[in-house]
Parts: sequence; structure tokens; C-alpha cells
Amino acid sequence: MRVNFTVNGRPQEADDVWEGESLLYVLRERLGLPGSKNACEQGECGSCTVRLDGVPVCSCLVAAGQVEGREVVTVEGLAEYARQRAEGGCATGACGTSLQNAQQWEAKGTDSQTGEGTELSPIQQAFIDAGAVQCGFCTPGLLVAADEMLERNPNPTDADIREALSGNLCRCTGYEKIMDAVRLAAARQGEAV
Amino acid sequence: MSSPNGTPTKITQGSQTKGGIGESTLRPDGTLKVTGEFAYSSDMWHEDMLWGQILRSTVAHAEILSIDTSEALALPGVYAVLTYDDLPTEVKNYGLEIQDTPVLAHGKVRHHGEPVAIVAADHPETARRAAAKIKVDYRELPVITDEASATAPDAILVHENRDDHHAGHVPHPNIVHRQPIVRGDVAAARERADVIVESEYTFGMQDQAFLGPESGLAVPEEDGGVHLYIATQWLHSDLRQIAPVLGLPEDKVRMTLSGVGGAFGGREDLSMQIHACLLALRTGKPVKIVYNRFESFFGHVHRHPAKLHYEHGATKDGKLTHMKCRIVLDGGAYASASPAVVGNASSLSVGPYVIDDVDIEAIALYTNNPPCGAMRGFGAVQACFAYEAQMDKLAARLGMDPVEFRQLNAMEQGTIMPTGQPVDSPAPVAELLRRVKAMPMPPERQWESSEGADVRQLPGGLSNTTHGEGVVRGVGYAVGIKNVGFSEGFDDYSTAKVRMEVVGGEPVATVHTAMAEVGQGGVTVHAQIARTELGVTQVTIHPADTQVGSAGSTSASRQTYVTGGAVKNACELVRAKVLEIGRRKFGSYHPAWATAELLLEGGKVVTDGGEVLGDLADVLEDEVVEVEEEWRHRPTEPFDLRTGQGNGHVQYSFAAHRAVVEVDTELGLVKVIELACAQDVGKALNPLSVIGQIQGGTTQGLGVAVMEEIVVDPKTAKVKNPSFTDYLIPTILDTPTIPVDVLELADEHAPYGLRGIGEAPTLSSTPAVLAAIRDATGLELNRTPVRPEHLTGTQLSEG
Repeated sequence: MRVNFTVNGRPQEADDVWEGESLLYVLRERLGLPGSKNACEQGECGSCTVRLDGVPVCSCLVAAGQVEGREVVTVEGLAEYARQRAEGGCATGACGTSLQNAQQWEAKGTDSQTGEGTELSPIQQAFIDAGAVQCGFCTPGLLVAADEMLERNPNPTDADIREALSGNLCRCTGYEKIMDAVRLAAARQGEAV
Repeated sequence: MSSPNGTPTKITQGSQTKGGIGESTLRPDGTLKVTGEFAYSSDMWHEDMLWGQILRSTVAHAEILSIDTSEALALPGVYAVLTYDDLPTEVKNYGLEIQDTPVLAHGKVRHHGEPVAIVAADHPETARRAAAKIKVDYRELPVITDEASATAPDAILVHENRDDHHAGHVPHPNIVHRQPIVRGDVAAARERADVIVESEYTFGMQDQAFLGPESGLAVPEEDGGVHLYIATQWLHSDLRQIAPVLGLPEDKVRMTLSGVGGAFGGREDLSMQIHACLLALRTGKPVKIVYNRFESFFGHVHRHPAKLHYEHGATKDGKLTHMKCRIVLDGGAYASASPAVVGNASSLSVGPYVIDDVDIEAIALYTNNPPCGAMRGFGAVQACFAYEAQMDKLAARLGMDPVEFRQLNAMEQGTIMPTGQPVDSPAPVAELLRRVKAMPMPPERQWESSEGADVRQLPGGLSNTTHGEGVVRGVGYAVGIKNVGFSEGFDDYSTAKVRMEVVGGEPVATVHTAMAEVGQGGVTVHAQIARTELGVTQVTIHPADTQVGSAGSTSASRQTYVTGGAVKNACELVRAKVLEIGRRKFGSYHPAWATAELLLEGGKVVTDGGEVLGDLADVLEDEVVEVEEEWRHRPTEPFDLRTGQGNGHVQYSFAAHRAVVEVDTELGLVKVIELACAQDVGKALNPLSVIGQIQGGTTQGLGVAVMEEIVVDPKTAKVKNPSFTDYLIPTILDTPTIPVDVLELADEHAPYGLRGIGEAPTLSSTPAVLAAIRDATGLELNRTPVRPEHLTGTQLSEG
């Protein structure tokens, strides 16, 4: 089957999709967007978290056909998504993104293998600065989930952060630096207002 | 063929500061990892590539009467189906130390999930369906699952006709390796004991549960060779095992490290490497294999489950008199790293204590359970769980404080290990305990607020099982000792190639090693070392591959020590050559070129007095200085097979934990409130990464204390919970705050005085949590992980 949907602001068309394929598979293997990760493929680890019409979902549990005509944001588009949100006059960051807004933006292409000069979202920068990245396999899913939480709740308590990220497994860090990163991003977001 | 998508490239990192050792510089691959651009082995993609799939045994122990692949081959989209009969050479087994593991099963399977056949197809689902159409006719055999069944008089031999180098000295062919250690006179020492504590402990099977699944891409090459892009812990060890099976010389099997999503020991053994290469060479097409989580649980070895029998004695004034122990590790169906795990378990079984009179025996069994091998802590973890429980029992019997009792018996620099090896660098065991005990305690009833109880901070969490009723707090302590580096006479070297040149008017160092970066931050540290030694800011990290000499394994807390040492050494050699060039060009202009101790700092050649002699850019001009050199730490010796005596270890690493838990005693639910750690790291080359390692290791120890266990059915030897639904690892809700106190007492034998740090925190975390739960409940709790029924007494059986 053919699936038409929008990924990081760009219309995409995937052909020859087998009905049993997940959104995760289509992103990774058909659209060249392997940033969303495949740690369990059973909805337990959160490494494949993307936003589907603004809602964080495990893309491994979404059948590809279900995304027809819908909006997907992956880690590859997170920086641009955050930038457009910041410029969208949503000073609190808690407004979410309307479908109309989402349709107006497009992720910029990046072909840099080293990431040199890449513009990052606040949560991405905070993960690097706080030492929240080790092997990094959980990182994309955690970034999408944490960014969405900060959009809803710009001043989270530690208990709020833990609750919001409890669906994302990390095996390297013991989560302490991830807590630091989210606190750091929230604090920087607060300063910027 | 062309390079696939996801081929790793050089990463160049600058620095606003000196960026040398001791600074918390950031990961050079950090930006790639937060943008989704970093290519892991499962992200590799090649035009026209096929997908590989492995058919695994559905039973644990059986003869294979027949395999019929015809239906699978007939499925449209299938390019190849291979079994044992298709293996191209006489080499059909592999293994880290003992080559006992079949690439594909030959006439027999020895554990649940053993590879039987492999398929290549144009879609992963086609490959899965084809594998399901392969008909394997099994005749099941009785399963060997524990010591009693392994060594029974009529026991089936898991491996017949053993000819490995341990076969001659083991008491039974179903024992992989046995290492006794005897020292002093236990019988006489026992007479001096006022109290004796004897117990049997059980340690469950833990999984590494790295998040990046086993995966890779094999690309056939025009010269008949193959290029494998792979996630592993040791490229050259893989190469040594892969090439003979393929019938290729090692230079025709090119290996490039792809992105590695964690390892923790689980990538020491081969998984899909040979299978992908076989399919690629057979079909002439690139072949990608990616395990799913279910398969990953079968695709790598686990931490050895263990039974540990310990006896300790102590005098009434609190001095340990003697220790007797017997440690039985279940190695499962294939040897993997079992012999070395036995060596560790026995030689570290006393813990960080002074006991002159010991009688120790450790063995690893061959059974039909899942193969077990390396996991963070490597044999020292199981022992630490048991001896720390013993320390608490002894302290309780003597009416002493458990921390003071440990401090009274703590080893220190100069202590003689049970192997006869003196500890010749700082061993601040008592000090670490003092520090961890002195850290502020978390507040009581931290879940209470003006709006009532925040259930998220209580045992049971949002399941809303208690608002504080039945909740009891407990506190527990533990300390451990881990060896650093490969032991027992292993030639544990590493290789580094360092290059220095001027690019765009600025000196740049390039570091090329085969070190597997698995997340630990080795690449960060290599850049720091190059900056410190060569006075540059720009450092390029070359992708790890087999075009440079072996770096050894990213295991045993060894890479910063050994490959870090190799990078430091190569930098020193480069520096000497650069200075030689400088002397040649400019020596006549300033006498200091000939007389002073010269350094490279801030892109300049300076004297030890700080006088600038010239710019590196002017010294080098367009010359390129490059050195590739092996580097070794002090050699070790094997342990004597009868007495266990020998200078077997390179270095020791120590950590201590204090656990604070709250237990819902009615439901048996545990909430760990805080896990404080104090660790001696020798020298923190990158403090941010050091703390990250300690917190990560601590959390894996927490996991095996309260939730993580692969459950194997004792009747069938089949794995019952191969998924993240049923095998639980700690989430961010299960994990407490982990305050860390880092002590830096230099080891004069090691580069920069550093101490390998990755594993020690995984040792003491588990017994500290157990001690805290015992403190809260008053229960003995001789097994880990602790499950609710162990706390409520609602299930008496061990299972």
C-alpha cells in the first residue's frame, strides 16, 4: 500500500508498504530517518517515541496505515519544531502546537556527518551539557518525550519529570544526568521568558 | 560495493578551554546522538540489501534428526537458507577462549534459542516467515540444569570429547573450570573464632539489557572479502573468530565499528557477525541483521546465576578469623567467558577484607541453561552479594555496628590478597565507608506534603497501594573490590595511532584506535589526552576499525587505563618527534632547545619554565608526524591450579554504597529512596563521565536487587520471560537519587594515576539494597533479586 503523511513538516510518500509494517519501520527503513530507535519494538522502552499530531507515541506500536494524512515529528525534526514553537509567540511554551502551525513549518535538511554547526533545541543542548548521553540509544525517545513534557509543564517538579519519562528506559546513565538535563532545560527556558 | 548509509566518519572536536584531562569536556559525538544523526549498527542501510533472520531452537536439549528447508527456499523473496551443511570450511565453531560454540547447530542443540538455520530475504517479514517454514525434527534429551544434574553419575555430557585446556584438571566434564584458592590454616583459625556464620546464597540470572539490539551490515567486496559494520566490544577478537569460519584471511574481513547502543559485557561474544557474513558471501548482496528484543534475550550471554556457600568466623572483638566458600556458577551450554569469571569469583571472594586463612573453591558448570559469560562486575558481583550479607550477619552476632565491623577488617595498601598478591596501590576501603556513611540522609517521610501523600514517591507508586501505611524505612551498607583489566597472565595490550599535522594554520591531532566506544566516553577521554600531551585544541577521532592494531576489549573497566595509556604513550612519541623537528630547525636560535624539558602547550613549544620557543605550526609546517604503537600495563601471572596463588590482577577498584529503602511490608513492595556511593577513581580524567559511570553501574546493581531476573524453567531449561514486559529493568521511577563522592588517590603504576571505574559500583549497590531491605523487614533474604513474595512470606519455594 501507499502511505502519505507529513514528517517533520515535509510531505512524505511511502510506497510498497506491507500492511504489517509499523510507523517505526517506515521511518527507519523507507524514509531514511533512523533517529527513532528500535530497542524493543513492543512498546516497553520508549526509544521510538515520536509525536503523532502532537501526541507522544511509541512508533513501533503504530501501524503505518494509521498515519495516513497525519503529522509526525521525530528527533530529526525536534530542533526545528522547538525553534518554530519558540517563535510562534507561545511564551509559556505550554500551548502545544496546532495542526495548522505544524503544517506551516519544515525541518531544514542537515547533511553534516559530524553535526558541526547544527542548531539544537534547548532539551537537546541540555542533554549534551548535563552528560545525559552515554550510548545514546534511548536519547531520541527521551528527547521527544521530555520536550513534550516541558511544552505542557514548563516548571516540572522532580516527581513530574520522573512520571513523564517513566515510559523511556535508559540502561547507561542511572537517569540522574537525565534528570539534570531536564531541570537544566526547564531553567534555561524559564530564563529565556 | 559502495559505502552504505551510516558509515562512520571522523569527528573533529575543538575546545574553548585547554580541554585536557581532569576537565568535564563534552562528548564529541554528543551532537550526533541528540539529533538522531549518529548511526548505530541497526541504522546501517545499503541499496539492494537483504535482511537476515536466524531460526533458533525451540527446545533446550535435543538431537536434530532432520532439517527441511525446501518450503522456506520456495518462498518468493528468499535468497538463501543456510544450515550447518553449508558452512564453507572445517572451522565450524567459535568461542572467546574455548571454541565450543557452533556457528549453526550440528546434530544437537544444547540450549533454548540456539541458532539452527539462517535466511536472507528482501524484507524482514519475508525472512521471518521463511524461517518459520523450516522444519526441524527434534528428539528431546533430558536437560541438565544445576550442579546435581550436571555431576550425577549418569549425567549426559553437555560436551563430549572435550580437549580444551581446562578439560584435564576439572573434576567432571560438565565443569568448565575449577579454581581453588588455599592460604593459611583454616582449621587452626577456626578454633580462634568466637562466632561462626554459615549461609547459602542464591544470585539470579541478570541480563545486560543494552538498548541497541545486536545488529550489523555485511557488505561483500570485489576481492572476495567482506566488510562488516558491527556493534561489538572488541573488533579484533571478533575478527579472530569470524575469519576462519568464512575461510578468509583476516585482511579480507574488514571490520568497522558502527554505533554501539550499550554493551555491559553482552557484546564480548559473537552474535550475528558470522551469520551476516555467510549470507552476504553466499548471495553476493549486502545483508543486514537486526535482532528484536525477544531474540536479543537469546542472542547474548547473561550474568552467571550462582549458588554461594560461605562460612566466616570472627573473634568477639570483631576480627575476622577465616573464610571458607564454595561458589557454583552456572555457565550454561557454552563456555563463553566462564573460565575467567571463575578466576575472578574465586580470587575476589574474600572481598576487600583482611583474612589470612581461607579455603576457596569456584566452579562454572556446563548445563542446558542459557549460556552465561561477561557482564559488568564479572564474577565479583555474585561474591560481593554473599560476603557482604555475611558481614552484616557477623556484625549482628557480635552486636557491632556493621560499618565499624567492616572498617575494623578493611584491607589497605599492603594487604596480601588470598592469591598471595600484595595490594600495591591505595585501597581506601575504610575511608570510602566513612565517606558514604557521612553523607546526609534523605529526609524521613519525603512523600508527605500538605496535600497528603504523593503516591509517586511511595512503594507501589501510582498503583496507589499505600499512603504510608505499613511502610518501613531501612538503611544498609556495602563495599566491594573489583579487578581492573584482563588478568591471569593475559597479554592485555592496546594500540594507538596518533598523527599530528597543521591544518588551516592550526595544529591538529588525530587519534585512531580500534577501541569500541559503547557509550562509556572513551572517545571523549582520547581527545582530552591528546590535548594534554600535544598542546592542541583540535582533535580528530578516527572511526574504530581493524586498519589499526587491537585495542583489546571494552570490558573489565580497562579502556581508559589501557587504550588511554596507549594514546598517551603514542602522543609522547609524537611529541618527541615534533621536538626533534623543532631542534633541527630552530635549535641554533635558542639554547633551551637543547637543555630544557620541553612541553607542547597552547599550540606552542614551551620550556618547563614557561618560556615560548616557537609555534607548533612553524615547527611542523607541512610535515606530518604519525606513530602507531602498542602499549602494555604490568604483566600478570596465572593462578596456580591447585593453590590459586599468583600475581593475577593488574589493579583493584573499590566502591562503597549506602542504600535507603522504604518497604511496604504488607505487600512486599520496595522503593529505593537513595543510593549513595563513594568511590576511589585514582584520577578523574573526565569527572562528568566518571559520575555517569558510577550512577549507571549503581542502577544496574539496583536492578538485580529488586527486579531483574531471567527466569528459566527448571524442568525444560526454557526461558520464560524474554521481553521488556516480563524482564524488568529500572525505570526513572524505580531509580533514586544517587549522590556520588569521588575520591582521587593516585595509583602510581597507572597512566595519570587513574583507576578503572566502570564496574566497582555495580558490585556494592546490590548488597547495600539487600541490607537495607533486611534492616526494614528483619528477614534474612539470602537470594537476589528480592521479589514481593519473599517479603510477605506468601511463597515458600525458591523458584
